Amino acid sequence: MPGKLKVKIVAGRHLPVMDRASDLTDAFVEVKFGNTTFKTDVYPKSLNPQWNSEWFKFEVDDEELQDEPLQITVLDHDTYSANDAIGKVYIDIDPLLYSEAATVISGWFPIYDTIHGIRGEINVVVKVDLFNDLNRFRQSSCGVKFFCTTSIPKCYRAVVIHGFVEELVVNEDPEYQWIDRIRTPRASNEARQRLISLMSGELQRKIGLKVLEMRGNAVVGYLQCFDLEGESGLVVRAIGTACTLDKLSNTSAFLPACNSPSKEMKEIPFNEDPNPNTYSSGPSTPLKNQTYSFSPSKSYSRQSSSSDTDLSLTPKTGMGSGSAGKEGGPFKTLLRQQTQSALEQREFPFFTLTTFPPGFLVHVGGVVSARSVKLLDRIHNPDEPETRDAWWAEIRQEIKSHAKALGCHAVVGYSESTSICEEVCILSASGTAAVLNPRFLQDGTMEGCLEQRLSWQPGFFSIGSEKGEVDFFPQSQDSSSLLGIEEASPPGCGFCHIPYDELNMPFPAHLTYCYNCRKQKVPDVLFTTIDLPVEAVVVGKGCLIQARLCRLKKKAQAEANATSISNLLPFMEYEVHTQLMNKLKLRGMNALFGLRIQITVGENMLMGLASATGVYLAALPTPGGIQIAGKTPNDGTYEQHISHMQKKINDTIAKNKELYEINPPELPEEIIGSPIPEPRQRSRLLRSQSESSDEVTELDLSHGKKDAFVLEIDDTDAMEDVHSLLTDVPPPSGFYSCNTEIMPGINNWTPEIQMFTAVRVSRLSNINPTNQTLNKNFNDLCENLLKSLYFKLRSMVPCCLCHVNFTVALPEDELVQIAVTAVAITYDKNQALQANKAPTEKSQQRASTDNEEQLQFPLELSSDPLSSQPFSPAKATSLEKASPLAEGYLRHRSVPSGTNSTVSVVKMTPLSFLPGAKITKYLGIINMFFIRETTSLREEGGVSGFLHAFIAEVFAMVRAHVAALGGNAVVSYIMKQCVFMENPNKNQAQCLINVSGDAVIFVRESELEVLPVQPPAAAPQPTGSAGDVTT
Amino acid sequence: MSSDLDVFVGNTTLIDEEVYRLWLDGHSVAEAVARRLRGGVLEREGTSVAVLQSDTRDHYRTFQMLERLLHAPPRLLQQLLFQIPPERQALLVQRYYAFDEALARELLGKKLSKGTKKELDEFDNFKRVFKAVEELRGPLAENIQQLFLLPPPLARDYAAIVFFANSRFETGKRRLQFLSFGDFAACAQSMMGHWSQGALAPEAAEPDGDLPKSFLQDLKELKVLVSDKDLLDQHKSLVCSALRGKISVYNELEANFKALSRALVNVGGKLTHARDVRDFFVDLVEKVIEPCRSDKWSLGDLRLFLTHYTAAPRNLPGFRHQALWERYMAAITACLLRMYHD
Repeated sequence: MPGKLKVKIVAGRHLPVMDRASDLTDAFVEVKFGNTTFKTDVYPKSLNPQWNSEWFKFEVDDEELQDEPLQITVLDHDTYSANDAIGKVYIDIDPLLYSEAATVISGWFPIYDTIHGIRGEINVVVKVDLFNDLNRFRQSSCGVKFFCTTSIPKCYRAVVIHGFVEELVVNEDPEYQWIDRIRTPRASNEARQRLISLMSGELQRKIGLKVLEMRGNAVVGYLQCFDLEGESGLVVRAIGTACTLDKLSNTSAFLPACNSPSKEMKEIPFNEDPNPNTYSSGPSTPLKNQTYSFSPSKSYSRQSSSSDTDLSLTPKTGMGSGSAGKEGGPFKTLLRQQTQSALEQREFPFFTLTTFPPGFLVHVGGVVSARSVKLLDRIHNPDEPETRDAWWAEIRQEIKSHAKALGCHAVVGYSESTSICEEVCILSASGTAAVLNPRFLQDGTMEGCLEQRLSWQPGFFSIGSEKGEVDFFPQSQDSSSLLGIEEASPPGCGFCHIPYDELNMPFPAHLTYCYNCRKQKVPDVLFTTIDLPVEAVVVGKGCLIQARLCRLKKKAQAEANATSISNLLPFMEYEVHTQLMNKLKLRGMNALFGLRIQITVGENMLMGLASATGVYLAALPTPGGIQIAGKTPNDGTYEQHISHMQKKINDTIAKNKELYEINPPELPEEIIGSPIPEPRQRSRLLRSQSESSDEVTELDLSHGKKDAFVLEIDDTDAMEDVHSLLTDVPPPSGFYSCNTEIMPGINNWTPEIQMFTAVRVSRLSNINPTNQTLNKNFNDLCENLLKSLYFKLRSMVPCCLCHVNFTVALPEDELVQIAVTAVAITYDKNQALQANKAPTEKSQQRASTDNEEQLQFPLELSSDPLSSQPFSPAKATSLEKASPLAEGYLRHRSVPSGTNSTVSVVKMTPLSFLPGAKITKYLGIINMFFIRETTSLREEGGVSGFLHAFIAEVFAMVRAHVAALGGNAVVSYIMKQCVFMENPNKNQAQCLINVSGDAVIFVRESELEVLPVQPPAAAPQPTGSAGDVTT
Repeated sequence: MSSDLDVFVGNTTLIDEEVYRLWLDGHSVAEAVARRLRGGVLEREGTSVAVLQSDTRDHYRTFQMLERLLHAPPRLLQQLLFQIPPERQALLVQRYYAFDEALARELLGKKLSKGTKKELDEFDNFKRVFKAVEELRGPLAENIQQLFLLPPPLARDYAAIVFFANSRFETGKRRLQFLSFGDFAACAQSMMGHWSQGALAPEAAEPDGDLPKSFLQDLKELKVLVSDKDLLDQHKSLVCSALRGKISVYNELEANFKALSRALVNVGGKLTHARDVRDFFVDLVEKVIEPCRSDKWSLGDLRLFLTHYTAAPRNLPGFRHQALWERYMAAITACLLRMYHD
C-alpha cells in the first residue's frame, strides 16, 4: 500500500441559491477517489458553508494516484427528492507525487458545472503520504517530473538528454456511446471530462515508465493532445523529451550571480540545501570542478574549451590552430559517427525541445515534415491501439528519413498534430533536421552546467556580440581559431553551417561561405521549427510572418474524400512555402524560426496557416529582392502596371528594412568563392504525404530551374498573389510581434505582461466561393484579428506580442474559427536607461547597440553562467570585481512579501520565463480539460457571451489550481484545443477547451535588490564596482 | 464576411475607463462606438470601425459579467473569475456607485423599498444599499463602506440617502428648492452623528438610519423651554445680554427671540410623529431660516446666536435637560448653518 491521500473540505463560499423558497442552500460535499467516496455533513441553510471536515483518507496504489483525479462534488441536500449537484472540482494530485514539487494543495477552487459554469468556490486541503517501495515491479512512475516547457527548465541542469518518448491511449468517446441518448448533457459532459482526466493520468504514467526505462527522471517539452475522432473514439496522445535533470545546487546557482547578482540571489531562500559558505567563498565553483572530473577527455571533444569564453586568452587543448579547415572534414565525420551511435540506439532521434543548452545544437539542416491522410474507423479494442500507433510510427519514419536526407541524425523542435473532419484525419509531424552534440545524449559524459538560459531571457545579439561560445564542436573550432586572430567576428553561426554534403545535396541549393566565419558553407535561406538559438548573431529585429491559404475541395465520402485531400496537400504545401519565402524576402530577412504549418481540413475546403518568426541571420547572405515579370510583353499599359507593382514591392522592402532595422554591415569582398548569391529560390523543406502509407513523394519546391525570386504574372491569379503579398500591414508603431519565445533584437523587457486568448468565428459568405476570394477572406480575417489585438493592447506600448499562436479550425461549412493565444510584454524603449537591470542584461543590450568597444568586458561576464573554467585568470578577475556587488546584494536580500489582495495574483504566459523575474521552483504540470454546454445560448449573451465567460472560467480554474499549489505563475501555457460547436436554432452551444502549462513560483528581481524599486531612469548603481561592470 | 463570434479574454481583465463610462451612462454598443469615434480614437490609433466595434463589445460583455459582482463589491475582491488589480477594482466600484447629485436630490426622502423608477441604475444602487443596511446596527456610513467598499465621502452620501429614505423627510417643497443634495447630506450626517444611538453607544440596538425612539420621546421634555413662560423669558435675557453689541441684528433678535425659540424647540418635539417628521426641514426653513433671512441676519449672526442660545439654558434654574438639549441643538445648529444660504 504505497500511498495515502488525505483530503479535508474546509468551507464553501458564494454558493448558488438551490432552494428558491428559502433563498439558501443545504450543501454537502462528496469526495471521491477511485472507487472510494466520502461525504461531509450537510451544512444547512447557508451560501457560505463551513464544513471543516475531518481528514478523509484514501489508501491507494501509486499507480492509481497517478491515473485518477480527485473528484470533489458539491451537492444540495434535498430530503424529498434527489440531491442536486451544484458543481465539481477535479484536482490532479500528480504534483504531490514528486519530492521537489508541491507538498500540499490548499486553496479556493471554483466549483464548476458544465452547464452553469462556475458556481461558487470551495476550500480544500490535499496531502499525500508516499511510502517508498522500490523493489516492486513498477507500474507507476511516481517521481518522474513533467514539464511543458520546451527547454531545460530554469533551476535545473540537464545531465543527459535521452530523447523521444511517446505514448497514446484510446477509448470510446462517452458522447458517442448508446447511453448518451438517455442521460443528461451534464452527465455526458462529466463522463467525458472524467474519462479524459483518467486517460491523461494513465498516459502520463506510461510515459513516465518509459522515461524510467531510459534511466531519465523527467520529461521536458511534454505535449499532450486529444483527438476527438467522433464515432471512432477518443485518442489521447503525448510526446516529450526524456531527460535526466539535476536541480541546480547553490554553487551553480551562485556562479551566475557573479555577473547577475540581483537575479541569482533569490535562488537561496528556495533552495533545499542552503550552503551559505559557498557564497562567501567567492567565485570558486565546486560544481564545475566536479563536472570536470567527471568527464574524461575525449580526443574529439575538447572539454576544456567549453569554458573558453575568453577565446583569445585561454589556450585550447587539442586545438589545431590555423589548420581548422583541414581538420573540419575528419572532425565532421567523427562527430557524425559519435552522434550516430548515440542516436541509433533510439528508434526516433526526435527532440520536442525548441531551445537547447549551448553547444547542443551543432548544425541545422532545415524543416522536415510529413503528413498522412487517414480514414478513421472504430477502434475495436481500446487496449490495443495499434492502428493509431502504426500511423504515427509511419509518419515518424518518414521524418527520420527526411532528416537523414539532409545529413542529419536528429530532429529537434519536433511536434505532431492532427486535423479531423468527419471520418478523415490528417496526421502531421514536423521538426527541424539537426546534427547534435553527442555529449549531451549519453550518460556520464556530461560536463559543464547546462543550465538553460538565464531567468532573464538573454535575447539575441546583433552583430559582434557573442554569449559564452561553448566550443564543443569542430565547426566552431574553425571559427574560434579564426577568432584567435580576428576577435571581432566571433562565432554564433555554427548552427547555420550545412550538415549535408555539398556535392551530394538533397535538393538544389545555393551555398555561400558563412558571412560570419567565412569558413563553412551556409544556405541562403534557413527555415526551422525551433527558437532562435541564444548564441545566434542577428541583425535588426524579427517579425511575425504568416502564410495563409484556402483551397476548395469537393464534398466527398470516405476514400474519395481522402484521395482528393491527398491530392491537394502537395499544392498547398508548395504555395504556403512560396508565400513564406516571398514574405520573408519582402521583409529583407533570410531565416524563419518557430515555423508551424497547420493544414486544417473542413467539409468543402482545406486551410493552410503557417506562422514563423522572420529574422536576418548575420551568417547568411543578404536576400535578393523580388522581381516580377509579365508574360505578355509588347503591351504598354501592362508593362506600366508591372513596373508600378515592382516599385511597390521595392518600396515595401525598403520600408521593412527600416522598420526592422536591418542594416547588415558592408562586407569586404575578400571571401574567395562567395560572391553575393544570385537570387534563386531553393527549399529546405522536405515533405511528403501519403494516403495509405505506400508512397512517399518528395516535393521539389525549388521551382524547377527558374529563378524563383522572379514572380511571373501570367494570369489574374498570379496578380492576386502579388497583391496579397502587399496586404500584410506592419504592426502599428511601438508594436512588434513574433511567434517564438523571444523577439529577436529586443531584450530589455520590463515586467508587465498580458497573456490573452482571442477567438473569432467568421462566415466565409460567398455564394460561389473561389480559391481567390476565400484566400482574401481568410487573409482579412487574420489581419483584422491582429489589428484588433494591437488596438486592445495599445496601452502597453512599447510592447511585443510574443509566442503568437494561431490555431485554425473549420467547425462547419463556411465557418472558420481562429484562436490566438499570445503574451504582450512591455519593453523599455530607451536601452541606455536600463540601470536597474543586471549586468548580463546590460551587456546584451550593449551588444545590440553594435558598440564593439563596450562589448569586451560584459562579454566575459555574460558568458560565465555557461562556462565551466573557474581557473581562467581572466575570469577570476572579472569575478573578483563583481563579487562585492554580489555580497552586497546578499546582505540586503529581502524576503519577498505577499500581496495584500484577497486573491493572490497568478501570472500566465506561453513563454518559459517571466521578464524581470526568476523562477525558483517548478510545482508540477497543469493539464486541464473542460467542457461547457448551454441550452440557453441567447440568454448567456449569444456565442460570444458564452465563449467569453467560458475562457474566463478556464483561466480562473488554472489560476486557482496554481495558487493552491503555492505558485504564482504558469509558464509555457498553451491552449491546445478549443472546439466550439453551436446550434443557434436550438439555442444551444458546446465548447471543449484543453490547456496546459507549468505551475511555478517566481520572485521578482526588484524584490531582491539592494535598493527599493525605482524607475529605471533614476536608479543609480549600488557600488562603484558595479559601475565598472555595467558601463 | 461577418464575425459571428468574436472574443478577447486577457489573464488580467482589460478595463477601458472610457468605455466603462459609456456603459455606465447606459449607452448601447452602437452609441458607444459612435461616441468613441467622435473622440478621435480612429485617427489616434489608426484602426478601423470594425476593430472599435469588436473592442467595445468585448468591454461591454466584461462589464455585464462584472455587474453581478459589483452589486456586492466584497465579492469582486474575492471572486476568482476576473483577475483585476486592486486599484482597478476600486475604480470599478467607485464609478459604479457614483451618482448624479441632481437625481439624488430629487429622490431624497422618497421610498426606496419599492421599485418606482426601474429604469435608473442609480436608483437601483440606492435601493440595493438601502436594502443591505436597513437592518444593520452601528454607524450607517461605516456599514455602507464595509459592505460596498466605497470611499468614505461616497459612503457618507449613501448613508444620507438611506437616512432620508428611512425618515421620509419632505425635501420636494418649493421653499426647499434652494437646498442642494450636499446640504441635505450634510444635515443627515449631523443628525445621525449627534442623535443616533451609535453616536452614544457603539453597541446600539437600532440601526443608525432610524432616529432612536427614546431620544425623540425625550425631546418632548425640552418643550418646557418655550411652554414655561419664566424659562422662556430668562432664556431670552441670557441670550440677549450675551449678544448685545456683538451682533448686527440685535433688535431683530430681541423682537423675534420667542418665535425663533418656539420654532427651534417645537421642530424637535414633533419628531415622534411620522407625519410631523416629514416637515422637519420645511419647518426649519419656514420658521427659522426665512425670518432670519428677511431680517438680513448674516451667517455669523446666526452662528453666534445659536451658540449662545444653546449654551444659555445651562444657567436656567430648574432646567435639568442640558445634556439632551445640547445633543439636540448640536445637530440643529449644524443643519441651520449649512442651510443658511441663498
